[in-house]
Amino acid sequence: MGHELRFLLNDTEIRLTEAGSRDTLLDFLRLNRRLTGTKEGCAEGDCGACTVLVGRLHHGALHYEPINACIRFLASCHGCHIVTVEHLRGANGGLHPVQAAMVEHHGSQCGFCTPGFVMALYGLWMQNPRPDMLAIETALQGNLCRCTGYEPIVKAAFAASEAGGQHMDALTVERDRVTAALAAIPRERVEVARGEDRAILPADAADLAQVLAENPKATIVAGATDVGLWVTKFLRDISPAVFIGDLQDLKKIEITPGHITIGAGVTYSEFEPFVLAHFPEALDYWRRIGGWQVRNAGTIGGNVANGSPIGETPPLLIALGATMRLRSVEGSRELPVEDYFIDYGKQDRRPGEFVEAITVPLKGEARIAAYKVSKRHHADITASAAAFRVETDGAIIIDARVAFGGMAATPKRAAAAEAALNGQPFTAETFEAAAKAVANDFQPLSDWRASKEYRQQLAANFFRRFWLEQSGAEHRLRRAE
Amino acid sequence: MKQDVIAKGAAHTSIIHDSAVKHVTGTADYTDDLMEPVGTLHGYLGLSPVAHGRITAMDLDAVKKAPGVHAVLTAEDIPGHNDISPTGLHDEPVFAFPEVQFVGQPIFAVIAETRDQARRACQLAKVEYEELPFALDAIAARDAGMGYVTKPLKLARGDMAELDRAPRQLSGRLTVGGQEHFYLESQIAFAFPGEDDEVIVNTSTQHPTEVQHMVAHVLDVPSNAVVVQVRRMGGGFGGKESQMNGFCAIAALAAKKLKRAVKIRPDRDDDFQITGKRHDFVIDYAVGYDETGRIHAVDADFYARCGFSSDLSGPVTDRALFHADNAYYYPAVELRSHPMKTNTCSNTAFRGFGGPQGVVMAERIVEDIAYQLGRDPLEIRKRNLYENGQLTPYHQEVEDQILPRIFEELEASADYHARRQAVLDFNARAAREGGAIRKGIALTPVKFGISFTATWYNQAGALIHIYSDGSIHLNHGGTEMGQGLNTKVAQVVAEALGIDIDRIKITKTTTEKVPNTSATAASSGSDLNGMAALNACEQLLARLKAFAAEGKDVDPDLISIGETVRIGDEEMPFADFIRTAYLARVQLSAAGFYKTPKIHWDRDTGRGRPFYYFAYGAACSEVSVDTLTGEYVIERADVLHDVGRSLNPALDKGQVEGAFVQGTGWLTSEELWWDAKGRLRTHAPSTYKIPLASDRPKVFNVQLADWSVNRENTIKRSKAVGEPPFMLGISVFQALNMAVASFNGYRENPRIDAPATPERVLMAIEAIR
Repeated sequence: MGHELRFLLNDTEIRLTEAGSRDTLLDFLRLNRRLTGTKEGCAEGDCGACTVLVGRLHHGALHYEPINACIRFLASCHGCHIVTVEHLRGANGGLHPVQAAMVEHHGSQCGFCTPGFVMALYGLWMQNPRPDMLAIETALQGNLCRCTGYEPIVKAAFAASEAGGQHMDALTVERDRVTAALAAIPRERVEVARGEDRAILPADAADLAQVLAENPKATIVAGATDVGLWVTKFLRDISPAVFIGDLQDLKKIEITPGHITIGAGVTYSEFEPFVLAHFPEALDYWRRIGGWQVRNAGTIGGNVANGSPIGETPPLLIALGATMRLRSVEGSRELPVEDYFIDYGKQDRRPGEFVEAITVPLKGEARIAAYKVSKRHHADITASAAAFRVETDGAIIIDARVAFGGMAATPKRAAAAEAALNGQPFTAETFEAAAKAVANDFQPLSDWRASKEYRQQLAANFFRRFWLEQSGAEHRLRRAE
Repeated sequence: MKQDVIAKGAAHTSIIHDSAVKHVTGTADYTDDLMEPVGTLHGYLGLSPVAHGRITAMDLDAVKKAPGVHAVLTAEDIPGHNDISPTGLHDEPVFAFPEVQFVGQPIFAVIAETRDQARRACQLAKVEYEELPFALDAIAARDAGMGYVTKPLKLARGDMAELDRAPRQLSGRLTVGGQEHFYLESQIAFAFPGEDDEVIVNTSTQHPTEVQHMVAHVLDVPSNAVVVQVRRMGGGFGGKESQMNGFCAIAALAAKKLKRAVKIRPDRDDDFQITGKRHDFVIDYAVGYDETGRIHAVDADFYARCGFSSDLSGPVTDRALFHADNAYYYPAVELRSHPMKTNTCSNTAFRGFGGPQGVVMAERIVEDIAYQLGRDPLEIRKRNLYENGQLTPYHQEVEDQILPRIFEELEASADYHARRQAVLDFNARAAREGGAIRKGIALTPVKFGISFTATWYNQAGALIHIYSDGSIHLNHGGTEMGQGLNTKVAQVVAEALGIDIDRIKITKTTTEKVPNTSATAASSGSDLNGMAALNACEQLLARLKAFAAEGKDVDPDLISIGETVRIGDEEMPFADFIRTAYLARVQLSAAGFYKTPKIHWDRDTGRGRPFYYFAYGAACSEVSVDTLTGEYVIERADVLHDVGRSLNPALDKGQVEGAFVQGTGWLTSEELWWDAKGRLRTHAPSTYKIPLASDRPKVFNVQLADWSVNRENTIKRSKAVGEPPFMLGISVFQALNMAVASFNGYRENPRIDAPATPERVLMAIEAIR
């Protein structure tokens, strides 16, 4: 077992023997290293002013992604390359093409959000040298600007792509050296502490089971897109915290005939290509999960394990008939995702257990859809969400599964509405009947996201939309063609 | 032949923001980035959890004993006045005691080694309250008899009997929501103790002089003991005009008491709870009009949620009335403000300063009439536009009307009439075929009065030093919050002195250099400070030219100062000339001053000329609405906006684009939501949703009316730009309204309240479907 956190920060190797579980990367950068280019705007992963790049070895390949440093725990940076705005420069030592484009197009006014935008645009510029409007807007979902109205920033993104130069970029030129340096950091169990505050990084999945057996009350932290707020907003003590976000065992995606199995540590971004390939109807829904930085950090397993009634993945997984595997030193067990959610804040996860993987049946001939509504289209928390999986035999519905989020204390199927669909002809009238029936399935709450009346109306309208979508009518807004 | 070269960075050129390179490289220092002296301590505030109550017991022992804590400060520790009311009404304590008046009101501060320690220690306080009755919104406050936070205003003109005499009448109620500033950099104060009674406060305020006064008032020291410094803000928008006072007073108090540097930066959630926002209004209106759509009379009551104290609610609610006409002539009018006291944070300045809420009512009235008469609302707008010579409700004559030309050009460039027909056709087809998408389009104007209505605020100072090496140090009373004020003022100086802008060092705003400044607010920054800087340049030029002419027989017209100084046939570089002037003991420093001419205002009679001039603009927006969810996208927005002769077209265009999107956010996704206990539950970006890149118009054409020249003698004939374009976002709101109205055949105005969240849009559709 190691007792040292090791990572690269720009071009410096960092070794820390003292660190607490709740130390954030942002505080480390600003307070400890005086790297003040990275800003704190909200301390909850919503504004993007603290965006930095995190480079990780994924199956041996080095991959950089923008994340929010404010809710990234320092301990989870072990084995990573952290890149801040201070590291960014052009090949000749001057402005980087992304920075030069932002200056030329007047992309900054007050400038406080700007380093975060620059880092998100840098991440995009590296990953996608020829982004279209949709790609740029998607990459900027996690960055708020209150001054510019975004138009000049989007123009700068296009200009940076015109400028090119990726082959000369520092992170390209240094790739082999950084890969070697990260690979040299041993993947053993690491435990560090500050006083009583302990952070544990297991070596692999088996070790994770062991750590949890030794620390049954530990907080499991994957992407920290929710746990981060427990610390930054609620000042909760999460010690001992077990950081699993970088466990390669939990990052596998396996496709077998009829199924796809997703490791619990797979991030939303890592799974996005598989959504596109296997569940393209849900792609728009998928891109409404958080902003880009959140999708780069948050994990599917965490989204389920956490048990929130407004998580995006449970309605979709439940509708698709997914199962999940829980593991502990005692062994593994499999259960339908829908059975995991017992009540608000209560899930079927026993002490010492962790979510290891989720298995989703491929859709085959079924018709699927996923809908979410929130006050703002992107990077907002669900007011109401629904996912559909409808199988037909000829003109008759033989199996309808419809699951909702935001409508009850847990993600939940709509039994009455499903009953109104099953065995009925696949017609507008049937979906209209289901739209009326769903009123019997939920008694939603009124809160700042939506009134109960609005939630009820949305639930009904999702059935109408599903029908419209299947019948080919114009039914949805398009942000970009 | 001598040829004058235009100085680099002169006025009217689109140079970049002076800090742009620092912004993109992360090297622009904000207050939280300043180097901390050894021993710097950090403060955090303990807040009231109840909306109204009396503190019956306060046990802070555990707080004092918490790790790292150096001091706990309460009302008892204040040597001077426990008051930071910017109005002099003494209604806003630094620390509330014994009465607390809203959830989030500061009651004590903890000063500790680290911010985290201070924050955690705050949670250990044991405070008991006797809870008292409270009212949260303006109407509840009126019904509960809470009274006004400040004196209301009435504007009246003409014979109100016209209201009933008009051929047609209508009346209605409009509820328009507030808005959180969401400056990306939250409130922050960083105080350094000095010797004797001195203290220096580095902060992020739009109003350094007021902070100076408040700190002095709280510490009971004269203003000359307090220095307030601002290099830049990470956004302000009005939210840092008065709201920084408390943080600065507490930081200064702690710094003096502990003889250490003390920094206070609230968490974003606390910033949301503690600080004021844009006022939300309930507006009851009645209109008399005729079959042609001409307005005869308007009567309206404006109820505003002001919060627990007056703050700037007086002038804000006044300005709501000043803009209740927007661009339209009301032959008879009576407008009354009701600045209601409520048990919420004290609402404050926000870009437009009450004006947008007034403008929304004017636009609602126009649409009500249009729907009643079955006409295109644009026709009603044009029918009621001011003509020069007509009087506003405050008896100021409109003299500079340019909206007819703006309308004409925008209608053409936006292809308004054809697109409106296409929208009508699209909706008719959707109604026939059951399509889920409806569209709307609207073209709305803005006319915005420029000047502080507190007439004495319309003054400014500047200080320019030319050092003996020819480098120039520029200082003025304005503050930089992203709008590019420093860049614009430097452009004015570069042009006036004929030198390259690179020669000018733009420095922090400090009360030591320019005293008695006004807030950088009311869009006035460039108008006032640009003129003051120009005045300083003129003084310097006069001295330098006199020196150049000394002992020489040269026609004064043949002397020019610039990068190359020419004295008749003699030429020399600027730096060399300055060196000789220094050796000849010429004073190379000048303090400039400016006060806006012509303006006057008598609030008691509601008459005067509060505004030096008006800025104009118009926008045409088209939206698509998903009628199954209420969600929408802005398909296209075309803006034509008047900034007079722009000092910097690129920066001005940036202001217009940013204001439009911010105004759109106010009226669409930005919703403030208090629960029944008075807790603001939309208290951070996770719950309070400002627009994203993917919310801006898909097609966004923004043009400046480059033919416009301010008829008044403003700085280089430019016009103010910060606030006016904010109200162009109303075009989106009205377009959404039209899309909904398609469900009743446009027979009646659906009257969506603001913000038109997807929920409000869908529920409005369901109500009339």
